[in-house]
Amino acid sequence: MLSLYTRRRLFNAFNLFVSFLTMAIGLFWLGWILWTLLRFGFGGISIKMFTEMTPPPGSDGGLLNALFGSLLMTVMATLIGTPVGIMAGIYLAEFGKGNWIASITRFINDILLSAPSIVIGLFVYEVYVVLIGHFSGWAGSLALSLIVIPVVVRTTENMLRLVPDTQREAAAALGAPQWRVISSVTLRAARAGVLTGLLLAVARIAGETAPLLFTALNNQFWSANMNAPMANLPVVIFQFAMSPYDDWHKLAWAGALLITFGVLGLNILARVVFRQRNILA
Amino acid sequence: MMTSLTAIPPEAARKSQAETSPKLVVKNLNFHYGKFAALKNVNLEIPDRRVTAFIGPSGCGKSTLLRTFNRMYELYPGQKADGEIILDGVNILDSRQDLNRLRAKVGMVFQKPTPFPMSIFDNIAFGVRLYERLSTHEMNDRVEWALRKAALWGEVKDKLKQSGNSLSGGQQQRLCIARAIAVKPEVVLLDEPASALDPISTAHIEELIHELKEDYTIVIVTHNMQQAARVSDFTAYMYLGELIEFGNTNNIFTTPKQKATEDYITGKFG
Repeated sequence: MLSLYTRRRLFNAFNLFVSFLTMAIGLFWLGWILWTLLRFGFGGISIKMFTEMTPPPGSDGGLLNALFGSLLMTVMATLIGTPVGIMAGIYLAEFGKGNWIASITRFINDILLSAPSIVIGLFVYEVYVVLIGHFSGWAGSLALSLIVIPVVVRTTENMLRLVPDTQREAAAALGAPQWRVISSVTLRAARAGVLTGLLLAVARIAGETAPLLFTALNNQFWSANMNAPMANLPVVIFQFAMSPYDDWHKLAWAGALLITFGVLGLNILARVVFRQRNILA
Repeated sequence: MMTSLTAIPPEAARKSQAETSPKLVVKNLNFHYGKFAALKNVNLEIPDRRVTAFIGPSGCGKSTLLRTFNRMYELYPGQKADGEIILDGVNILDSRQDLNRLRAKVGMVFQKPTPFPMSIFDNIAFGVRLYERLSTHEMNDRVEWALRKAALWGEVKDKLKQSGNSLSGGQQQRLCIARAIAVKPEVVLLDEPASALDPISTAHIEELIHELKEDYTIVIVTHNMQQAARVSDFTAYMYLGELIEFGNTNNIFTTPKQKATEDYITGKFG
């Protein structure tokens, strides 16, 4: 009969081993994905990628129009989604204590947060693309912003809730009206967290394909017209990867590599920002 | 700087006031947290430019009473006060009274230091900017004045741009006191201001209270009876939401009229 202490130690060692194993399994696939991307995509990376348009099959080209379109739509979606998301998050955290509108909003936001992105694409197709009669960059931005909003709402609310009530009391005790308490004190205290949430939302939409398929579609040529179909990296990758052409495959791999490392970079940036919140404050 | 100081009456006028001239008069005050009655028919007169201490065991309602003086409880739904609290002849519980102006007049310092996430300078300037438009020069003077009053100027004058969070706990609490004073209130409420601090910082704060009563009416809630005896001129002993005894601090601590007060002060109970 083992002593209680020995059994506890064995149990501890066993659990530690299992935890380590599960972590290794998770990291293994991630490592494999990154390795595959590097192996097939690295060869396709060249200066042409950033200077030339997507080519017709069989000729040389790059991804400039797709990169530009992705960037433009991501920026627009962030510009649309951020104020809405932050203000809704402020409402939920600062005004929505035990109030049924807030409870329902929070519930719907949680559904939106986990909604499949293709549903959001179809939704925007129905209410916007059909209405104006053609695919467009605006439609793509709109769909992406609908993905940004719930993420920003959730992080803003959570980060504001982390700010202790004593801060609100201290500001109110000086005679500050509530809007000043929020804008100068609580939102300021939570800003690193809110910024982190925003970066994660951008990382999320940077690689979204489904919502763009039915909204921005794609464009073979350079276009900065938000009211016309717009090229974007995810859809180009999708189209090129499905094609039978070798040079398109190569560009698709390179694009995938670019997106993945871009998103990885955003995630790392988000972590760094969040870690510095005490220094910022 | 001089113009802004005229808000505080000159020393002579102050001295001529009667010894017990009340700043705050509490009449038939009841307070409820939902259905729970936290204060029961409290009647009390807080003297002007004196230190009044509220003592009593945890949950006796002393903090609740303090928080009615600036209606801090209104941040939370379900908390309700009725009765009257007269400040300079006006019932502050009247819902027509402007809440933010009241709070600018009745400052508060909390148990835990609560520096705002901004620079030391901005921590002080935040409250001032709410009600006054000062030039850069005047604002610099005001910040220095408040920090000197709170005996913090010497320690922070070279790092006003640094975050308020970079200070030690005791310094942070003095920053909070400076912040409360900077808006030139008439009453300063202190809710266990030294309970989270080490003995040296506590001594700093107590000295400060002594100096501040020259200009302000101070009400302090404390768990520490020695502290009440050291810093206050008047003491109120509370128990289970009722005001048991109120009087001159010396009398309360040497010859309490109520048996309950004596038991608490001598440590038989509480």
